[in-house]
Amino acid sequence: MYQLENYVHPYIPNSAPAVERKMLQELGVERIDELYDLIPEDLKLKRRLNLPGPFLSEPELKRHINGILRANVSCEEYLNFLGAGCWQHAIPALCDEIIGRAEFLTAYCGDTYSDKGKYQALFEYQSMLGELLGMELVSCPTYDWSCALSSAVMMAGRITGRKKALLVGSIAPERLSQARNFCRRAMTLELIPFSRETGAMDLKALEEMLGNDVACVYYENPNFLGVVEPESASICAAAKAAGAISIVGVDAISLGVYSAPAAYGADIAVGDSQCLGSHMQSGGGVIGFIASRDEDLYCAEYPTRLYSIAPGIRGETFGFGQCTHERTSYVMREHSPDFIGTSKWLGAICAAVYLALMGPQGMREVGETILKRRAYAEKRLAEIPGICAPALCGNRFKEFVVNFDNTGKTVAQINARLLDHGIFGGYDLSSIYPEMGQSALYCVTEIHSKADIDQLADALKEAVK
Amino acid sequence: MNTRIKEFQPAKWNEPILMTMTSPGERGILVPNAEAEIDAISAEAQIPAGLRRTDIPALPELSQPQVYRHFLHLSQETMGQAVTPDISEGTCTMKYSPLINEQICADPRVADMHPYQPVSTMQGTLKLMWELEECLKEISGMDAFTFQPGGGSQAIYTNACIIRAFHEANGNADKKTEIITTACSHPADAAAPNTCGFKVIQLFPEENGYPSVEALRAVVSDRTAGLMITNPEDTGLYNPHMKEFVDIIHSVGGLCAYDQANANGILGVARAKEAGFDLCHFNLHKTFGSPHGSNGPACGASGVREGLKQFLPVPVVTFDGKTYGLNYDLPQSIGKIRSFWGNVPVMIRSYAWIAAMGADGLRKTAEISVLNNNYMTKKMCQIKGFALAYKTDSPWHLEQTRFTCEELFQATGVTGSDIRRRISDYGLQSYHESHYPVLVPNPITLEPTETYSKADIDYYIDVFREISEDAYQHPAVIKDAPERCLVSEVDEHGWCSDEATRAMTWRAFVRKHGLPDFSNG
Repeated sequence: MYQLENYVHPYIPNSAPAVERKMLQELGVERIDELYDLIPEDLKLKRRLNLPGPFLSEPELKRHINGILRANVSCEEYLNFLGAGCWQHAIPALCDEIIGRAEFLTAYCGDTYSDKGKYQALFEYQSMLGELLGMELVSCPTYDWSCALSSAVMMAGRITGRKKALLVGSIAPERLSQARNFCRRAMTLELIPFSRETGAMDLKALEEMLGNDVACVYYENPNFLGVVEPESASICAAAKAAGAISIVGVDAISLGVYSAPAAYGADIAVGDSQCLGSHMQSGGGVIGFIASRDEDLYCAEYPTRLYSIAPGIRGETFGFGQCTHERTSYVMREHSPDFIGTSKWLGAICAAVYLALMGPQGMREVGETILKRRAYAEKRLAEIPGICAPALCGNRFKEFVVNFDNTGKTVAQINARLLDHGIFGGYDLSSIYPEMGQSALYCVTEIHSKADIDQLADALKEAVK
Repeated sequence: MNTRIKEFQPAKWNEPILMTMTSPGERGILVPNAEAEIDAISAEAQIPAGLRRTDIPALPELSQPQVYRHFLHLSQETMGQAVTPDISEGTCTMKYSPLINEQICADPRVADMHPYQPVSTMQGTLKLMWELEECLKEISGMDAFTFQPGGGSQAIYTNACIIRAFHEANGNADKKTEIITTACSHPADAAAPNTCGFKVIQLFPEENGYPSVEALRAVVSDRTAGLMITNPEDTGLYNPHMKEFVDIIHSVGGLCAYDQANANGILGVARAKEAGFDLCHFNLHKTFGSPHGSNGPACGASGVREGLKQFLPVPVVTFDGKTYGLNYDLPQSIGKIRSFWGNVPVMIRSYAWIAAMGADGLRKTAEISVLNNNYMTKKMCQIKGFALAYKTDSPWHLEQTRFTCEELFQATGVTGSDIRRRISDYGLQSYHESHYPVLVPNPITLEPTETYSKADIDYYIDVFREISEDAYQHPAVIKDAPERCLVSEVDEHGWCSDEATRAMTWRAFVRKHGLPDFSNG
């Protein structure tokens, strides 16, 4: 091992030479090398690593990183109409403030005695999500919506003892890729056709595919293409009649105006809480959830940690404890059909703050304003010669498909022109759904003002010329 | 004796559950008003009748200062790493998360970026990911990394998928069906390959704390697809036969994946490459200074050697010498593991941490974490009733140590779990006993990372010494713990698990128990 010269770093208190010497003396050794006696010499690195820096002072570090980040253009600077699973919504200042609190930011696995506040915030997140979903059992966060979906499909397989899952064909390709990878061992996944006209599920096809080998039917409200299933209750009923479990993926921010999934018969709900107060972070912001009825049949198959509120044994207080910890991969290990680990609890705390601020009225208003603004955007875009908006006529929430076939231009060309106007145009669907031609998925939320939408329409008018 | 010891009092706000605090009509935040022309559009008409919400969700109605105060109180009732010397959470690498990195990640050019923006507008992010990959390649000796996994367990799963894909590509998938791991590797090293479809075989430690070469030989066969192993294991012991293990697996055509979630004790000292590993993973939220976030955001960075790159999840970051890009076109890729490309701010914080430390800083991190641990270990073993969990070959551990208080338990009836509750009465985080399987009685696993000063460690030891004295003199104090914490023990196996009583949501609680009187907090 090479010898380090005096190196004192502000993050390392005992790098102060005098302290280090004193501690070595306590151990009766001359050099730290001696403590590494179990590592064979030939496995030890004989040289200094070749790494950037060090940028030891904060100004140097900040200059270095900010110099690199300067090449980014954020959705604060440009007008953004991209969604497709990661959405730009208004973020209350309080969300950032609370998840920036060092107590939450730097906590980890401590239990209820030391971290009661963390568990209470998590419980409140679960509780408020439960109110929106109409469900009593809500998981601790999963990695993301796709992970929640994958685990839910596997749960359904174990609950029903069946191996086939039917997934709505409009599922995002990346989500499907993730589910296919994850469910490969236990389940076969088949896609239910959807209408290229409405974007909604082909119910006749569903009827034909349903049989006594189907573990679950998965669909989305709204789906990847922005369209909700008007016959949700029928889909759930059809699944139930076949002895299958219905799983619905929902956009959490829509639930102030859209029915709770439980109300139309969904057995399991999955989705993402990023839309509830978390920044997009290049997609880093996603946070998944799984919810269902609070029955042992379901509870026993959750892969996630589950935390219950509970009275202290002295009876005078309440705390929080793990429900059936032995169910998880931490205990099941090599027998575990799924696994968990560190996921995204900070995002759950963030969503708790968000929902507490919004309240029922805020959730209703945000849902309504999104619907109105999206409809206005469609109307403005539809006025532009050559543009078809919406290209799918099923009921939409915040996203809608725009078709550019009659402009003679590709989405890529149009988005390049929009970029010149400081606009991130919709997500290009042309390679994913070639049969839909030159189409893009646009997302409009409460943050888009009339002026923003008008600016998009004006820019598109020029871009398609 | 440290005089601070008895004076700790946690903040105790008796904070009610949010749902009970509602005050009808109060508003916490307002939604931007729709302009007249937009407002005239009907929202309701756009929702199919069967999907229109008819009930009002029972969310609380509260003004902004009320919500602020509530969550501030909850934060004060949480013992984050920054608040206390968190030596307790062994295997978790609870280290200082530099504040400057939080400032960097709050910038809209990190926070408010969309993953599908044109790559020309995210060159900064892609460069940072590229540079981080270069750093981790150097630190591990691997040839390529993905940052897509959202945590360590997902990285282990990714590596299991790559092992499967490798054998499939070689036409050996039917033969290569078994993964070998060790009982003291993280539980995900067993669970994730099982999820992936492998049969998992576990090796148990000998008296000296790690499995023997003979034990490995006994289970290796043509069916062996690979080895997935932590080293040093959760016990803080480095298995000196690592290279032999790897060679044996390679001799039957298997791959070796190194779980380096916690690489804190060997940064710049030993690498996956020299030990012969084909894959590895680092937890960026552990070793590389990104905060743990109350249990995430996290990032498991999976690394592979040349010859396995084609199996990585898509997209991968590319660089042609001028421009950074994202390549989705890897025909042999295992596909997507997590949405988009992973937890980008965690990557940026980790790059910033590496850049702030430099090569010498990484090495210093390892050295001081090992020095701290051996200093603490020596002192712990001097306390009556506490001892090392294993009869180790060397007097030294790496960055963490597993202890046992079995002797204390036999003499006093006080268990490790009792002590775990008790130390929170002294302003310390409840400690990690052991992952499953629990192989030594009354285990305690501690890890004093480089973040903690000698005084922090001395305080920690003083607390244990006092607990030991109490245990031998008046054990009830420990058995009834916690005394000063916010809540007494809860019944996890009964109340929290029984369908009739458990409640993961408020609505479940109210249905099962009615509206409670929580006036005492």
